[in-house]
Amino acid sequence: MRFLENFKIGSPTAMMVGILLFITAPLFLSNWIIFVLAMALAKGIVVLGVVLLLRGGLISFGHGLYCAAGAYAVAFALNRWHIREALFLIPLSLLAGGGMAALTGLLLKRYRGIFFAMLSLAFSMILYTVLFKFYDVTGGTDGMPIPPFTILGIHPATENLRLFDYYLALILTIGVLYLGRRFTASSLGYLMQAVRYNEIRVEYMGTSVGRAIYLTYVFSGALGGLGGGLVAFIVGHVAPQLAYWTASADFVFVAVLGGAGNVFAPFLGSIVFEFVKNYAVKFSPNTWQMTLGGILLLIIFFLPQGVWSLNETIKKKVMQWQLSLKQ
Amino acid sequence: MAVILKTVSLHKNFGMVKAVDNINLSINGEEVVGIVGTNGSGKTTLLNLITGYLQPTSGEIRFRDNNITGLSPREVIGLGIARSFQIPQLYTGLTVLENMLIAVATRSGKSWDPWTPLNKNSWVEEALGILRQFGFESDARQVVANLPEGGRKLLDVALSFVLKPKLLLMDEPTSGVSVKEKFAVMDALLNTLKDAGVTAVFVEHDVEIVERYAERVLAFDNGRVIADGTVNVVLADKSVRQAVLGVD
Repeated sequence: MRFLENFKIGSPTAMMVGILLFITAPLFLSNWIIFVLAMALAKGIVVLGVVLLLRGGLISFGHGLYCAAGAYAVAFALNRWHIREALFLIPLSLLAGGGMAALTGLLLKRYRGIFFAMLSLAFSMILYTVLFKFYDVTGGTDGMPIPPFTILGIHPATENLRLFDYYLALILTIGVLYLGRRFTASSLGYLMQAVRYNEIRVEYMGTSVGRAIYLTYVFSGALGGLGGGLVAFIVGHVAPQLAYWTASADFVFVAVLGGAGNVFAPFLGSIVFEFVKNYAVKFSPNTWQMTLGGILLLIIFFLPQGVWSLNETIKKKVMQWQLSLKQ
Repeated sequence: MAVILKTVSLHKNFGMVKAVDNINLSINGEEVVGIVGTNGSGKTTLLNLITGYLQPTSGEIRFRDNNITGLSPREVIGLGIARSFQIPQLYTGLTVLENMLIAVATRSGKSWDPWTPLNKNSWVEEALGILRQFGFESDARQVVANLPEGGRKLLDVALSFVLKPKLLLMDEPTSGVSVKEKFAVMDALLNTLKDAGVTAVFVEHDVEIVERYAERVLAFDNGRVIADGTVNVVLADKSVRQAVLGVD
């Protein structure tokens, strides 16, 4: 009973229970669900990057760029440079996303609103075109395969590969959640919220709005790269579609679906999105986009703060229930 | 007292309109200066020029013997000038304490820190201390959007005060504040600034406030200073009474 009284969503106990559930999930869930979960976690990392910018009032319609940069960095390292070690490839994907964001961010930090959104989209479409057209280098529309890799010098067995990908995604997600929480609670995290509310005041406090946006953008791009690197491992193949505008739109869709109120929200949104998408494709292969659109409409009407806002409702119910238990 | 701020032949034109027309003034350290004038007389434009929001058409602005003409607001703030606004510039969706903590972190040069939590003990203590000084102790957890206008005005000044400025420019600190509250707000404000040795310049339409709190008054009309002196002298000046107060 005491355990139940102390149990609050977002508390360390709740997080431990959540982590334990995810660790043991392969024991009671089928292979395809584990695959979908791994994809959801990987894309959740990219969406967290989008959400960090949303907290500053910036909508990025170009995060496919960083996702693709991370994924292609892994593919290039494996195929062209024959680097097989995952412990090297993962940081490489992070650097690729962060490095790309460090370049584009120099221009993007000057823009707001629709201009920021469209310019970020334009950058991602430039990369898409490069990946699409430079067939000899990038494999064009065929993309590039992800050949077998090692972890600490050991090749994961083919039958364990899916499980390996899942746990890799899980470990990185836990790390990213920790970083995300630190970031959102930090002075820079709050400064980004301040930027959303009042840029004039930020400048008149003697600090730079552009620099706050730039640093957050680079971090956000690095998360995009990391998520992309993971997608490459999980899918086993990279293609230019990762940089296509629909991929970027999906990330924004998931950010809205999950909500921007918490670092857990993008992951919840991503899991909901991946499952809805999979079932929608299964049951209505020709109209699955319509199903997704309908769900987004419902979310906007009934949960304007995203699926994560259900957390508040549940918290209230749990508190009422705990109160009734005490009485 | 040494001169802290000086403008030399300062001009600002907006097309054919001379918003600031040949202003030459000196503000002494720890003075409390009130600026009066009708709407459009150039009061806020002067503040905008000093704080780098606008660039002068010609002329020079010197602060503690440094030429600050053409510097950006950030650079000006870095030198020790802070300002509050006619319409309070706050982070309205955040709490009073969060607004203050962001200011404290910024002043500490840690606004870029992605690792240190904003609710670091020493920052919270300092923020709460300043909030107490300005009478916000019971509103610390209140979201700024829910504060009354007077509270927002005062918080706007408090945020500038965190920067430990040498010179604080306030644009109509009591506009929107109820008649009952305005003296209490100004008392709290000027006592705090006086204790900290901050030079205060405030733009004000309310003659009662100017009479009560300003040690020196500058009267503006059509972008020019038409009178400069003690309250009694300036408010008794015939041209000021006609142009600014609207009485004969």
